[in-house]
Amino acid sequence: MPASTGPGSGARSPARPYGNPWLAGFLLGLVLLASFVIAGRGLGATAAYSALATAVAGLGGAARVAEHPVHARFWNDGAPLLSWTLFLLAGAAAGAFLSAWQGRRLAVVTERGPRVSARTRLLLAFAGGLLAAWGARLARGCTSGQALAGGAMLSVGGLVFMAAVFVAAYALAGRVRRQWL
Amino acid sequence: MTLPVFAFHEPGQALLLGTALLLGLGFGFCLERAGFGSARRLVAVFYLYDMAVVKVMFTAIVTAMTGLTLLAAIGLLDLSSIYVEPTRLPAQALGGLIFGAGFIVGGYCPGTAVAALATGRRDGVAFALGMLAGVASYAELAPGLDAWVSDGGAEQTLTGTTGVHRLWWTLLFIVVLALVARLLAWLERRFAANRPAA
Repeated sequence: MPASTGPGSGARSPARPYGNPWLAGFLLGLVLLASFVIAGRGLGATAAYSALATAVAGLGGAARVAEHPVHARFWNDGAPLLSWTLFLLAGAAAGAFLSAWQGRRLAVVTERGPRVSARTRLLLAFAGGLLAAWGARLARGCTSGQALAGGAMLSVGGLVFMAAVFVAAYALAGRVRRQWL
Repeated sequence: MTLPVFAFHEPGQALLLGTALLLGLGFGFCLERAGFGSARRLVAVFYLYDMAVVKVMFTAIVTAMTGLTLLAAIGLLDLSSIYVEPTRLPAQALGGLIFGAGFIVGGYCPGTAVAALATGRRDGVAFALGMLAGVASYAELAPGLDAWVSDGGAEQTLTGTTGVHRLWWTLLFIVVLALVARLLAWLERRFAANRPAA
């Protein structure tokens, strides 16, 4: 298999190849395990977006948000930004930056296949994010909270979620092929 | 039993959030190192020419699962103190289908989008903005749906459902991982032609 090169591989400095996936998975598993044995919970991501959305909604009036059936879960007594998951993702942003910097893979680009315009790709990325958010809120978790953390804990719901994600994505892959290949 | 640490020693807010920040650092580092800051690398799994997503996820799950099983077996870890999202099958099946559509259309998931935007990917920013719009619109438009989702779920694990001990499930997952590794290598050879030129 040829080494994958990131999209920063231009004339200036060649991007180093990504790490071995088995090793990366093993290390990710150790981080997940550390989260379980230290904090008593697994990794997550979607709750961070909800915390941000609740913080924004709170600007329009704290009382309504504190009473709101959905926002109340993320209101955290008026400090929605002091959220475990939001700090986790802030750390993740820094960790990803460090890894990409070390691997010379930092690059301001729009990732897309050769047959799609940057504008279309950005619109589809936004639409995909919107769909993923609704899916993750319905399932009470995403690839991190349900699939990774739930899977490691042998959670039935987490494993069913993961199966459903792959079923839908494989079923639709042919329809959006132009965007990627 | 002494683990999980925070179940036996309640942390202050600074320690709690500092721990989250540090764990996140490792989380993001691993995601980017695996190539998951790149949408094309992620969706490659759905065109079968690069199965890194399955390799990384499956290995991570089995690694953490094995660690949890061993720590619990020697009496160090109280598994019942670990939070697991409640299972509610219709919600997780429907949510998973919608989420999967978002994944293949958008190219990221909520965590990998952060790895992407932190390393300069504009489409990662767009996906994250879509996520924000999504959770905000869900909160405003779907409190009824959310009540349905939250209703009646309970923590449900394979161990509790089947009565088969966690040790056996862990062994089964390790064996399946070894078999899947061979399948993935075959798929990558079979569908190598799908790999885009540039």
